Amino acid sequence: MTAPTKKLKVATTSLAGCFGCHMSFLDIDERLFTLLEHIEFDRSPLTDIKTTSPDCDIGLIEGGLCNAENVHVLREFRAHCKILIAVGACAINGGLPAQRNHLPLTTILEEVYHTSPGLANGMIPNDPELPLPLDKVHPIHEVVKVDYFMPGCPPSADTIWKVLTDLLAGREPSLQHGLIHYD
Amino acid sequence: MSQTFTLDGKTIPFADGQTIIQAAADAGVFIPHLCYHPEFKPHGSCKLCTVKVNGRHTASCTMRAAAGMVVESDTEEINAERRALTQMLFVEGNHFCPSCEKSGNCQLQATAYHLGMMSPHYDHFFPNRAVDASHPEVLLDFNRCILCSLCVRASRDVDGKNVFALSGRGIQTHLIVNAKSGQLGDTDFTLADKAAHVCPVGVILKKRQGFAVPIGERKYDQAPISETVGEGQ
Amino acid sequence: MTINEMHAEAVAGVVDRVVARHRRDPSNMVQILREIQEACDWISPEAIDRLQATLGVPRTKIEGVAGFYAFFYTAPRGQYRVLFSDNITDRMLGSKALIDRLCNNLWVERGKVSEDGLVSVGQTACTGMCDQGPAMLVNNLAIAGLTAERIDQIAELIRGKVPLAEWPAEFFQVEDNIRRADILLDSDLKPGDALRAARARAPSDGLHASNMRSWREGLPTGLGGPAATLDEIKRANLRGRGGAGFTTGLKWEACRNAPLKSGQQRIVVCNADEGEPGTFKDRVLLTRFADLVFEGMTVAAYAVGATKGFIYLRGEYRYLLDQLNAVLARRRAEKLLGENILGIPGADFDIEIHLGAGAYVCGEESALIESLEGKRGTPRNRPPFPVTNGYLDQPTIVNNVETFAAAAMIALNGGDWYAGIGTKASAGTKILSVSGDCARPGIYEYPFGVSVRQVLEDCGATDTQAVQVSGPSGVCVAENEFDRIIGFEDIPTAGAFTVFNKTRDMFQVARNYVHFFQHESCGFCTPCRVGTSLLRNLMDKLHHGAGSPYDFAEIERLNQLLQSMSHCGLGHTACNPVLDTIAKFRPYYDKRMMQQDFTPAFDLDRALGAARQMTGRDDAAAHLATEHGGKA
Ligand SMILES: Cc1cc2nc3c(=O)[nH]c(=O)nc-3n(C[C@H](O)[C@H](O)[C@H](O)COP(=O)(O)O)c2cc1C
Ligand code: SF4
Ligand code: SF4
Ligand code: SF4
Ligand code: FES
Ligand code: FES
Repeated sequence: MTAPTKKLKVATTSLAGCFGCHMSFLDIDERLFTLLEHIEFDRSPLTDIKTTSPDCDIGLIEGGLCNAENVHVLREFRAHCKILIAVGACAINGGLPAQRNHLPLTTILEEVYHTSPGLANGMIPNDPELPLPLDKVHPIHEVVKVDYFMPGCPPSADTIWKVLTDLLAGREPSLQHGLIHYD
Repeated sequence: MSQTFTLDGKTIPFADGQTIIQAAADAGVFIPHLCYHPEFKPHGSCKLCTVKVNGRHTASCTMRAAAGMVVESDTEEINAERRALTQMLFVEGNHFCPSCEKSGNCQLQATAYHLGMMSPHYDHFFPNRAVDASHPEVLLDFNRCILCSLCVRASRDVDGKNVFALSGRGIQTHLIVNAKSGQLGDTDFTLADKAAHVCPVGVILKKRQGFAVPIGERKYDQAPISETVGEGQ
Repeated sequence: MTINEMHAEAVAGVVDRVVARHRRDPSNMVQILREIQEACDWISPEAIDRLQATLGVPRTKIEGVAGFYAFFYTAPRGQYRVLFSDNITDRMLGSKALIDRLCNNLWVERGKVSEDGLVSVGQTACTGMCDQGPAMLVNNLAIAGLTAERIDQIAELIRGKVPLAEWPAEFFQVEDNIRRADILLDSDLKPGDALRAARARAPSDGLHASNMRSWREGLPTGLGGPAATLDEIKRANLRGRGGAGFTTGLKWEACRNAPLKSGQQRIVVCNADEGEPGTFKDRVLLTRFADLVFEGMTVAAYAVGATKGFIYLRGEYRYLLDQLNAVLARRRAEKLLGENILGIPGADFDIEIHLGAGAYVCGEESALIESLEGKRGTPRNRPPFPVTNGYLDQPTIVNNVETFAAAAMIALNGGDWYAGIGTKASAGTKILSVSGDCARPGIYEYPFGVSVRQVLEDCGATDTQAVQVSGPSGVCVAENEFDRIIGFEDIPTAGAFTVFNKTRDMFQVARNYVHFFQHESCGFCTPCRVGTSLLRNLMDKLHHGAGSPYDFAEIERLNQLLQSMSHCGLGHTACNPVLDTIAKFRPYYDKRMMQQDFTPAFDLDRALGAARQMTGRDDAAAHLATEHGGKA
């Protein structure tokens, strides 16, 4: 990897995910320092910056779309990042949260707020601050165009490293046996 | 075995009556497949094993080898088509590998790895399919069924029981079991049946045995599926 | 007691009777299930119990077959089961409004059973009444030429629980609409004449050589007829009328030459599944020229040495069953069927009618054979082909209705006579089923070589934009191609000729056809089972205004995949209507490409609907913009 003239801006976020993918990202350990010679983080839980700059080079999305806010964030990423990467099972096929998809949302809300024991007179929260849930959880490629995918739950540090370094070097990312896994 | 054909330029000998995939396996060449199993009559439905014979697409598990055939298999074009088929199978059912007991030992997953499938690409169908936990020893999770019919063939041809069959049509095609209740627990199925051990994916699962092998040591963690060629023959 | 509440005992009685009539032969499963349903309105678990016991086959087999065919119901669908034909021509004739009208009249939701369990109203693929649509099936009996008035009458009869047998006969009247006749539709063949001519014919290689051949082939000797008849069929250059256009003489010869194992016989199958939307000429042939068709089958049997014949009649033509059986009975009485036909020793042949049950794919010859054997209608792996390993693994020829009709005329008049009709590459005539935007829809028989323009003129079509020739699996012909001709050398066809004038939206035509293929995919192979659903979803996405160039590229990729990877002709041709209309009527698609950039197929705002309803919220944050092409 030759040092770029200008560092690439990388933004990351977690939608309906568990932060496992972010943890895995941090697992690249000391290679993070090498990476930081080539990139700078924009909006990311790692930096605590809350809005994406309009000229990000790479956006990494963990998690699928479970509610309205997820959709807003995803659209902002798509608009602001040249390359959008779906990171992890949840971003790619909805993952664990999508396992609610065979149940009607109404049934789920009923169950959670009305009928579970100990919730007598429970109310479904209607605070406008709270994002409304979508009737189904969707992987992100069903809502915006996604350029690359890093499967795994989470993808291993080596997988993340390989994809990012391939991209930095201007290569199409390619993963050999052991680096592609869906679990 | 004096007759031969070529497969991706390599000369492959074959015996009379052998299919392309059989001859290839004997010669140590892997052709992706899901509904084919060397112990059963080929079904020819998943189409993962599609190759080009003299320029025409055909399923290699049902096509008999013939002398002088020119067969292409491991090409960019065909692998892209096969990859699209695995993607179709992933979106057709509900495949959440992280919570699947078969993960790491699953032929669909391993085939998708082999083909470099990075995402399911299409919009998911998220069908509503049941789980059948009625049997004391075996769980059926239909969410992952790819309709390969291996269990159907095993139960009918080896176990002599007809525990499984396909019903429905088109995208509604689904597996049924041989009981008025529709429950596996009401059939004569046992863990000793051949049909209990042929499912290439995570539908027919032994109960109380999930995740027995640690990640890293499961079948396809250790070697890619392409290196398991000829297994079971 | 309503029929739905019939006791298990009564059901068992019905099952026993039906099973006995079918000699306890599970290879008649499709017929058995149909007859049980005709008697009981549906195939109940109790009926399956009894079947399992009396036939001695596993329940999985029965349920697997019952689950495959659209006309078999394993849940009650009412005493009156109405299915509207949903071909594009029915829609053009206003079927949608009629469905709504009937549903409103009967207080029933489309696709559901009424609360009192009396009636259900649904839709089915083209019922072969395109020249007199809109049409419906009531308990599988066809009613054509529907009007609002007729719908109201039907609603009243249903509400009054009047048995179908007491409905006015004119409701069930089906017109033949023969508009142009040629050698087939003008034929006044006297039953038996073609057979007598075949028998009298001397083989070109001499009687002795012919005898030797027959002897080697295990066929009756002492007659030149069979070999000579085959020679005439070859000389006629007859090609199949079912779509694929395979040379009939070669097929028959291959069957004749196929070795018979002991206990086997050769089989002749007439493919009257006629499922291709827009096709209805086989219906007319079987209505008006049944003798010609049966005679052709008997000629075929004589030529190939077959002793058993089947007609696979599509379930939609159930109303023809009794009259066809009557013709068969008469022919038996006239010694034109049965043993020693025309007094020729060893010339034994008889024909049995099997009804389909709502599965287009069963028109594919190997799926048809599976269905004849009482199984799910999934196409077989080939080779081996039916001519060597067909019905119950016996040598079998499958030919279209019209092919047999032509064969009878060839037997009568000779191959040279026939080859002189039509064009050099396409001998004989072709019957077209003309429907859609024209003044005189119906049946037109032309010598091959007629131009599309000529047909349009004859049927009184004006302002024509396109013609779908040979149905959804055929080609869509645009105005600048109207001088092309019907024939194997240019536009081959199984017969459908559906006319669209310039007010029609060709995108909607293609979309209707894609829905058809999705509905009819047998589900055996991955590319077609999943691919036709994906294709349907993409066409619907375009229809709903969410299409972008991305989806267009996706459609092309799917087309490619279906063509290369599918198991049978259904999958191979499922994308034809889309490919053709994209190539020839691109503006209809461009109009739908409302988005610059990728847009979700589902409506995001609607996806919040359930949550809005549950929380009672309707503030700005409780909504999502859905049209966002290009902007975030
Ligand atoms: C999906 C599908 C449906 C078909 N439907 C029919 C049909 O309804 N009638 C028919 O004669 N042939 C149909 N065919 C063609 C048959 O497979 C077969 O080629 C034909 O019956 C042979 O008869 P012919 O040689 O006289 O044309 C169909 C083929 C496919 C792939
Ligand atoms: S069956 Fe295979 S592909 Fe499906 S969820 Fe399980 S491991 Fe994944
Ligand atoms: S259960 Fe398994 S073996 Fe049986 S059809 Fe489904 S995927 Fe195949
Ligand atoms: S192409 Fe379609 S209809 Fe033909 S076998 Fe495959 S799924 Fe069935
Ligand atoms: S959040 Fe990373 S895999 Fe689910
Ligand atoms: S392995 Fe050949 S079609 Fe499935």
